[in-house]
Amino acid sequence: MAANPQEDLVNVEVDGVPVKARKGAMIIHVTDAQQAYVPRFCYHDKLPVAANCRMCLVEVERAPKPLPACATPVAEGMKIFTKSPNAIAAQKATMEFLLINHPLDCPICDQGGECELQDLAMGFGRDISRFSERKRVVKDKNLGPLVSTDMTRCIHCTRCVRFGQDIAGIQELGTTGRGESTEIGTYIERSVDHELSGNIIDLCPVGALNSKPFRYRARSWEMTQVPLLAPHDGVGSNLYGHMLRGRLMRVVPRPNEAINETWISDRDRFSYEGIYSEDRLTVPMLREGTEWREASWEEALEAAAKGLKAAAPSLGVLVSPSATLEELYLAARIGRGLGSGNVDHRLRMLDFRDPAGDPGAPSLGLSLEQIEAVSGLLVVGSNLRSEAPILAHRVRKAVVRAGARVGLLNPGSFEFRFPIAGELVSPPARMVEDLLGVLAAAAGAEGVSVSRPIAELAQKVTVTEAHRALAMALRNGERRTIWLGALATRHPAWADLRAIATELALVVRATLGVLAEGGNAAGAWIAGAVPHRAAAGSRPSVAGLDVRAMLETPQKGYLLFGAIEPSCDMAQPALAAGALGAAQCVVAVTPYVTDEIRRFAHVLLPMGSFAETSGTYVNLAGVWQSQAGVARPVGQSRPGWKIARVLGNLLALEGFDYQSSEQVRDELKAIADVAPALSPAHHHVPGALVSVPGGVLVDVPMYRVDAVLRRATSLQGTAIALRPVASW
Amino acid sequence: MSDPETVATSDGKAFTPGDGPAVALLTAHTRHEINDWIARFPAGRQRSATLSALRFAQEQNDGFLTPQLMDAVAEYLRLPSIQVYEVASFYSMFETHPCGRHHVSVCTNISCWLNGAEDILAHCERKLGIKVGESTPDRRIFLKQEEECLAACTGAPMMMVDHQFHEHLTPERVDRILDDLK
Repeated sequence: MAANPQEDLVNVEVDGVPVKARKGAMIIHVTDAQQAYVPRFCYHDKLPVAANCRMCLVEVERAPKPLPACATPVAEGMKIFTKSPNAIAAQKATMEFLLINHPLDCPICDQGGECELQDLAMGFGRDISRFSERKRVVKDKNLGPLVSTDMTRCIHCTRCVRFGQDIAGIQELGTTGRGESTEIGTYIERSVDHELSGNIIDLCPVGALNSKPFRYRARSWEMTQVPLLAPHDGVGSNLYGHMLRGRLMRVVPRPNEAINETWISDRDRFSYEGIYSEDRLTVPMLREGTEWREASWEEALEAAAKGLKAAAPSLGVLVSPSATLEELYLAARIGRGLGSGNVDHRLRMLDFRDPAGDPGAPSLGLSLEQIEAVSGLLVVGSNLRSEAPILAHRVRKAVVRAGARVGLLNPGSFEFRFPIAGELVSPPARMVEDLLGVLAAAAGAEGVSVSRPIAELAQKVTVTEAHRALAMALRNGERRTIWLGALATRHPAWADLRAIATELALVVRATLGVLAEGGNAAGAWIAGAVPHRAAAGSRPSVAGLDVRAMLETPQKGYLLFGAIEPSCDMAQPALAAGALGAAQCVVAVTPYVTDEIRRFAHVLLPMGSFAETSGTYVNLAGVWQSQAGVARPVGQSRPGWKIARVLGNLLALEGFDYQSSEQVRDELKAIADVAPALSPAHHHVPGALVSVPGGVLVDVPMYRVDAVLRRATSLQGTAIALRPVASW
Repeated sequence: MSDPETVATSDGKAFTPGDGPAVALLTAHTRHEINDWIARFPAGRQRSATLSALRFAQEQNDGFLTPQLMDAVAEYLRLPSIQVYEVASFYSMFETHPCGRHHVSVCTNISCWLNGAEDILAHCERKLGIKVGESTPDRRIFLKQEEECLAACTGAPMMMVDHQFHEHLTPERVDRILDDLK
């Protein structure tokens, strides 16, 4: 920034009102700030300027012709008129041209009622068309299962094209042909595959690109818009749900600059289809021998309470990392209330050797906005685009716009749409050594010595060029960050990786972030859904086993809370199937039921899925966000926190008399607010290298990370979903 | 494939052309010519060589581009394929469907029209036995969709054959020009 901001300002006039504007700003920035509305189609705040729709023409004094507000920089003394007869005439003329080839099919168009063209045609269009010639017709394209096309409606604003170029980093759509034969498309038939592509539906100002799963399902004015939160990754993207008679019809982004800007991933946009899957458990069920029968809520809850009580304290409580904070908190309290500290949510993890090294909650170590200012980043064990598309987008911005350098230490080579400063493909068995190599290289370059026990290990590793390249990428600039991704947390030597990364962070003065899995992993820690920590990191009343131990040492009873399918959600499905199958009572509180669950469960309690329950999610930047339960729960299912409350009451546990989920949250928040910050002990010493059997590390595909996504049918038809699953 | 050669760019840096599987479709000559164009632009601006690259790719394929050839150009210049499709479909000198190897475009814009371009075009059609926009069955000549003004009004009527202008046309001259095309 300049020393004197005054010098960077110019004096302009907007509709007669004098204002100061930043030099070089476009007219549209200034008029927008002045609330002087200028109509536009191609201009979008987040995209580069194209100036091709000409709708934003305004009059500028002494300019011979009207000027496009989106592409004209302000100058000293400029007098801008947005509503003068000349400006309005220019805007109306543009509108008339745009409508020449636009079909009059608003009554059957999904965009009708929320269409920028329709709205502006009301304001700037003529009531009668003077165009009596033939209108052009453009063939529709098949862009895959998510985006529907009606290309005749396209007005060539190129927002979708610029989105690909600038935001996704891969241009999939383009402008082909010329003049009247200009078309937006892929030229040769292919789908649009980027994991953020669904955003072109929102960007499209007309009905050319729309949501394919939502096609012809409802009119925009029939639906109510309610705020929601995305539960599939640790970002906590803000959503709007569009509801019709209690049913979630579609999901669109809710702008929040601090979190998801105006984007959401396709995963967050289309996962709602999974809510209305055939697999939904609609009534409480009880098993008698091998037969299942429907039961009333009272009967089923009694049976669940009885079964859990009989098994306690030999009880394992497994909670989904995508459950709400309230569900996680109450589930953990039920376990501990019954005298069992066996509570865990880290279902895909294997290595629990270093509990003292665990922080209070996993965190990025940064706010999402700060990612854009990172100068050097080392990513260890993360298929970032697949784990958290919005994080990958922020990293891309840091690289492309601010020149950040990114190094990757991954078991496979993943595709990134930005330049990578260094990449080392390291099979799981080598990862620990390679990270030691990076540490040694970084320490050498910094002229710093590594602390003792780890130094001895680091000395044994031969430092290669690849290690130096990663160390150099990380040491770029002053804002350095190391991220340990889901593949690192699933690694059999996770504790070693974390200990070395912690040391590396000290050596290069970087922050360390952990991209823990699940939509509410940070919340799970705060809620006390880990064996060694109760609410907000406090000391639990009873000691307990981690998920691996409570399956290796089978318990008499298990409480599965949230959408948990052991074959897909757990690190050791066979071990889980054995332990659960042999238990005398398994209570599954779940939105879905499959043959797998029927095989081991004894009581099935239908719970509401993510849009059907009120609750709180804590994202990896530590932001608490709550939502109301907006969708009518399918069948007789109930919000998870209510099921836990009644279960707590039936078990005669103390302090389960909540009236609302907010009350649960506030209770936990009060504990968290006064809890002392945990400083994780840094004394885990990687011992002998942990042996890593082949195939143990699985890159869980992005549309299979949780039970809702696995049932989102449109997502399952995408190219991303059809890719083979990588494992090492 | 052998080590890809690098091309010195106009700003003294280097560009390493892509060497993906599609690139093999480009002949050594085509690649050589494309390199010559890459060298005229600064590093990172190799997209500017797209037009010329497509011209040579079309030439090596006897007058038209295929999606595979466009992909090859995209790979060679390290561009998204769609950016090459955009250019190829925009400019009238590129043909993206099979057609004859010699491109004949008769100007029918105002000056040529006033000087008898319609007769010239009709003569071509009669002589070749095809309509404008079609190719002769032996793929020798492609009579391109009527061309707009090529800025040779002083020599009207005129036509362009494979990027060469022929002016002051008469049916006899047209016969000679067309017969000379092999």
